[in-house]
Amino acid sequence: MSGAPSLLLVLAVGVLYSCGFYLMLQRSLMRAVFGILLLGHAANVSLMLTDRAITLPPLLGGPEGVLSDPLPQAMALTAIVITFGVTTFLLALAYRVWLGDGNDEVPDDLEDRRIGRLQEPEDSA
Amino acid sequence: MLLPVILALHAATAVLLPPLVRLLGARAFLVASLPPALSAVWALSRSPGIAAGEPAEASVPWVPALDITLDFRVDALSLAMVLLVSGVGAVIFCYSAAYFRSDQAGLARLTSVMVLFAGAMLGVVTADNLFALYVFWELTSVTSFLLVGFDQRKDAAGRAALQALITTAGAGLFMLIGFILLGQAGGTYRISELVADPPVDSPLLPVALVLVLIGAFAKSAQAPFHYWLPGAMVAPTPVSAYLHAAAMVKGGVYLIARLAPGFADADPWRVLVLAFGLATMVIGGWSALRQTDLKLLVAHGTVSQLGFLCLLAGAGTHTAAVAAIGALLAHGFFKSTLFLVVGVVDHQAGTRDIRRLNGLWRSLPVTAAAAGLAAASMAGLPPLLGFIGKEAALEAFLPGHSPELPPLAAGLELAGLVLASVLTFAYSARFWWGAFGDKRAAETDIEPVPGTDAGGEDGAEPRIPRTRATPPSAVFLAAPVLLSLCGLVLGSLPGPADAIAAAYAAPYSDHGKPYHLALWHGLSTPLLLTAVVIAAGAALFRWREAFARLQGRAPRVISAEMGYHLFLHGTYAIALSVTRRLQTGSLPAYLGIILATMLALPGVRLVTALATGEVAVPSGGDGLRLWDTPLEGVVAAVIAVTAIAALREHRRFPALILLSATGFGIAGLFVLHGAPDLALTLILVETLTTIILVFVLRRLPATFSVRAPGWPKRWMVVLSVAAGAFISVSLWLMAAARTAEPISLGYEAAAEQAGGRNLVNTILADFRALDTFGEIVVLLTAAVAVASLVLLNRRHRVVDEPSADEEQIEEEGSRR
Repeated sequence: MSGAPSLLLVLAVGVLYSCGFYLMLQRSLMRAVFGILLLGHAANVSLMLTDRAITLPPLLGGPEGVLSDPLPQAMALTAIVITFGVTTFLLALAYRVWLGDGNDEVPDDLEDRRIGRLQEPEDSA
Repeated sequence: MLLPVILALHAATAVLLPPLVRLLGARAFLVASLPPALSAVWALSRSPGIAAGEPAEASVPWVPALDITLDFRVDALSLAMVLLVSGVGAVIFCYSAAYFRSDQAGLARLTSVMVLFAGAMLGVVTADNLFALYVFWELTSVTSFLLVGFDQRKDAAGRAALQALITTAGAGLFMLIGFILLGQAGGTYRISELVADPPVDSPLLPVALVLVLIGAFAKSAQAPFHYWLPGAMVAPTPVSAYLHAAAMVKGGVYLIARLAPGFADADPWRVLVLAFGLATMVIGGWSALRQTDLKLLVAHGTVSQLGFLCLLAGAGTHTAAVAAIGALLAHGFFKSTLFLVVGVVDHQAGTRDIRRLNGLWRSLPVTAAAAGLAAASMAGLPPLLGFIGKEAALEAFLPGHSPELPPLAAGLELAGLVLASVLTFAYSARFWWGAFGDKRAAETDIEPVPGTDAGGEDGAEPRIPRTRATPPSAVFLAAPVLLSLCGLVLGSLPGPADAIAAAYAAPYSDHGKPYHLALWHGLSTPLLLTAVVIAAGAALFRWREAFARLQGRAPRVISAEMGYHLFLHGTYAIALSVTRRLQTGSLPAYLGIILATMLALPGVRLVTALATGEVAVPSGGDGLRLWDTPLEGVVAAVIAVTAIAALREHRRFPALILLSATGFGIAGLFVLHGAPDLALTLILVETLTTIILVFVLRRLPATFSVRAPGWPKRWMVVLSVAAGAFISVSLWLMAAARTAEPISLGYEAAAEQAGGRNLVNTILADFRALDTFGEIVVLLTAAVAVASLVLLNRRHRVVDEPSADEEQIEEEGSRR
């Protein structure tokens, strides 16, 4: 068992991850959801990287040849469905935020800022 | 095997004590004294065998998988310590029954924790496994924290307790690393085996020894860690008598004495022990003479004595080892007596300030006598045990006495010992005089020691009245009297102490001159030195006012406590500034930090591995190729172009369409790689997602908001690209480095058994059916959640609270 995946496939994974991270870094919730979608794709293609080069579908009784590894496929299949569930849920959340605020942006967390402004306790020095 | 049972008994008693305290009040301390008393009786009963060189051993499996057992071993050194820890402990517990009032707040907790401490300390001095020793060691730190911080109404108590805990437990961590190194170097964690066969050639050994000594020094309050001990004096007096005289502070001395027979000749053990011990001894004696609080005087004296004990225990010569046992026992008896006497004085006279006490010996004659015996033992007067220990110590450091010590070093130590002994004599005298003596008016009203507490009261009365004190009860007095008599009896009849000392010192070569603890060694140099010490000490006490003026003029060295505060302050300041920078409340910033961390740690490691050639880049043949079929190039191009275009698109619908195109491109990739099931599922899911998105986007504005993200866009691009590159390169290298056959090779046969032809389907529906069921549950949950989120809107559409928050943020944002 050896052989690296083809460079183009690796490049495609890299582009998907980069775009996914970039979108996740945005303030707009909708774009963050898009980012998660892209990251899901990237993860699924990553699973494909473990497989050998061009192969036949893992079906028994078909033409003779090297079958592709079914295990990463089964994992990716699960991942696709779960990503779908997560995306839908996030969309519903973004929708509610929009209903409440009139926009779909992530505001800064006030409580976090308050923690950041904590002072050193008096008796420490 | 009785010892583990006794230890368990301590724990059980600690659990039973709180209800007993409610029933019996302070008299419950008498019950609490039973486990230590039992332990002391057990140790005494085994002492003839132990002194003859047959240690009592016991072993309890603890973590069998890691080969950690609770080994116990009581040899001569442990015997001496058990007698102090449990014997003196039992006496102090009885004393506590008279010291504390039954309505004292938190009494139940105090008794319980004190018994726990007694048990933990017993564990420390009997454990024969480094890990067991460490656990008991830290248990004493934790129980000591609870005992020192006992009075929760006093801020000072909490601070002192924390200071002691941070110092001893923090240094304890160094010690733990040292233990692990020691065990690794020696191939065993049993202390007795390590000492018998020390790994002297291991390059790890010097590091291990330094780390272990750091822990021992902090526990035994050696300079520069000595600041915590006087601070811990806010503890109730019986606690101080037990922890800070007899037991806990001896932990470090014990560890040094325990390891010295094996490691004293290994660098840098002897240098460190002798240097720090000497410094501590002199610093402690010097500052004891400045104190006006009796308890603080005793505490600083303890620091000095601990330095003395450490240097004896660690010197690693026959005579020093004999002296160490003598001094250890002597110190345990006289120092706890002195603490208990301070408790009696404080309790009966209402103060322990030297400047407020005068002529107390008339109303507390028995206490004064006990204190006199103890102070004389501390000063090193015959025929007390302290004298015998000090004689032995002086003998040990006579230049030329032991070939292990170079004459110059021995001479230096001897000079230091004499100096410290003079100071010790002076503060011993000062203690007795301060507590019980008759004073002149000038000495009580104004204590001319600038820097401590100068000029507290005015000197209006020309003739000072004697301090009045109510006579203490017999139980109250029994403890100090008994302990001080121990010093006298063992001093007059040093046979038993010498037997223990000889057994402990047996591993050292005596070079044909065995030394024994005895009152009379003939007209020897140590005796002469003792005479010098007594004369000089008496002179120092006689001209104490002049000496106090001298001390006042001496520059104050930067105290080690300052270092502790600087450390604490620095930690707070760093923590706060890090929090201020990181805790901004911005979600994109947090995500950016996570990505940056991923790049900084594994990312940098990957780059260095590639640069140094540690990880080979796949090349040639199967490893490096552009594509598997040209079609892959087309699909990859579609994926990349649509994904990049989607993130540049600010209108919602075009972005959505581009994303769908990416999804379909990936489905094409799946087809190329022999995964039709994936392609089908993805196409279905993409279609559904697109439809749902259209429904949602229909209501939202046509473009994304273009609010500035708070930090420059190009940084986000750099970060995202770097993170994507890192992940894809790692995946590439990992896939190329794979050597194992896929586990799914056997699936074909299994699928036929299961009656399936499509392997992926068989995995999902048969091999991992439960997973698939879980997946369905996730989908259902998501569906319910989405439905409730969307339908909630139909009934009442107002959820106003977030907007209030929003206003506040805007307001703060403008203020910044």
